[in-house]
Amino acid sequence: MADVHLPGTLPPLFRDLPRRVDVDAATVDEAIARLDERWPGLRDRLCASRTELRPHIHVYVDRERAALDTALAAGSRLDVIAAITGG
Amino acid sequence: MPLTVVLVGTRKGCFILESDTDRRDWKVRGPYCEGWPVYHAVHDADSGAIYAAAASEWHGAGVWRSTDLGETWELSSEGLAYDDGGQKLSKVSGLTVAHGRILAGAENAGIFESRDGAKTWSLLSTLDGMPGRENWNDPKNQPPGHLGLPAILPHPDDASRFWAVVQGIGIFETTDDGASWTPRNKGLRADWPLENPEVGYCVHKLVMSPLDTQRLYQQNHVGMHRSDDGGNQWVEITEGLPSEFGFAAATHPHDKETFYVIPLDPSRVMPEGRASVWRTRDAGSTWQRLDDGLPQRDAHLGVLREGMAIDALDVPGVYFGTSTGQVFASANEGDSWTEIASYLPAISSVEVAVID
Repeated sequence: MADVHLPGTLPPLFRDLPRRVDVDAATVDEAIARLDERWPGLRDRLCASRTELRPHIHVYVDRERAALDTALAAGSRLDVIAAITGG
Repeated sequence: MPLTVVLVGTRKGCFILESDTDRRDWKVRGPYCEGWPVYHAVHDADSGAIYAAAASEWHGAGVWRSTDLGETWELSSEGLAYDDGGQKLSKVSGLTVAHGRILAGAENAGIFESRDGAKTWSLLSTLDGMPGRENWNDPKNQPPGHLGLPAILPHPDDASRFWAVVQGIGIFETTDDGASWTPRNKGLRADWPLENPEVGYCVHKLVMSPLDTQRLYQQNHVGMHRSDDGGNQWVEITEGLPSEFGFAAATHPHDKETFYVIPLDPSRVMPEGRASVWRTRDAGSTWQRLDDGLPQRDAHLGVLREGMAIDALDVPGVYFGTSTGQVFASANEGDSWTEIASYLPAISSVEVAVID
């Protein structure tokens, strides 16, 4: 089970979506897929295509910069960050 | 008591300005849409819903919808995408509600439709087959900044007929719901070389008289133009205006000879720091400067393509929003103006509805 931390910009878009969710997944991509099953449309807010995150969405697994195909171990922490942009 | 509702799309969300039909006292609500940049917010007179085309730098493009005049909102982008491996959709902008559906113009250039109140979308057309279409997505062929499809003008009586504006390319008409298209740019001026005279025009705003579907007006990069035959042929009507450049235009609801424009100088602000709207009552033969109540000193205001609207009351009200966050309104066809919102974020769009 991964410990997923979501950016504050995301919960207002989906009913009852918390900032922190436990997800059973082997990769970042799978974790996002599991979240999309519970909150349909969530994947589209984070991913530009099937293989790419959106340019200003960054993910970290256990505090290391990661990508969609990065593996998650039991107890991994997955941070999804809306990178600071614009003004 | 009927409500006059002005929908304002801004760089930091959607705002709603409300008044009665006297249009003297206004209340401002918002921001809505979680502060996403809203490019165009429209009201659906049939369903009562509000739709707002938006794009977040973090979370991509989508269309917000509210069925309770802005109290609650939901977002969807389901179906708002080109096939994986194909074009990217970076933005939806111009929304059009007509004939029981919503059409959305997108960047890269394409048209999406929704028949379920903006819950789901499907791709209707990418204008394939138009001259030079194969090069539209090549960045080196694009005008600075963008090549999108910012506006769709519906035909009021024929759901399968409408006009689409492609930035830097021109106007295209379909009569078969987007299956085929015809360029409608004859008579337009271009101050740059054209490989094909059918296309290559920078159309900023296209509007139709609600009284005559043959009567179209357009503000483009190099002048005002009028068509009396549904866009088949254009004539220039810039003479008498202080600038050939501008974005916004609006047609009078009760007189097809009357319409409004906001000329800008080439740096995209009102000339000489003096705010004005210009009106013609003779289809562009002569123009009248309207500035009573508008700031006449140090007012370097910009107004974008969707930044002006007109209501359909007996004495129509005219509204415009600026790139510095002011909304000005006239309850007497533009003869005099008041500032009804002063400190909004930069404004992309203004639309108005009168709701019973």
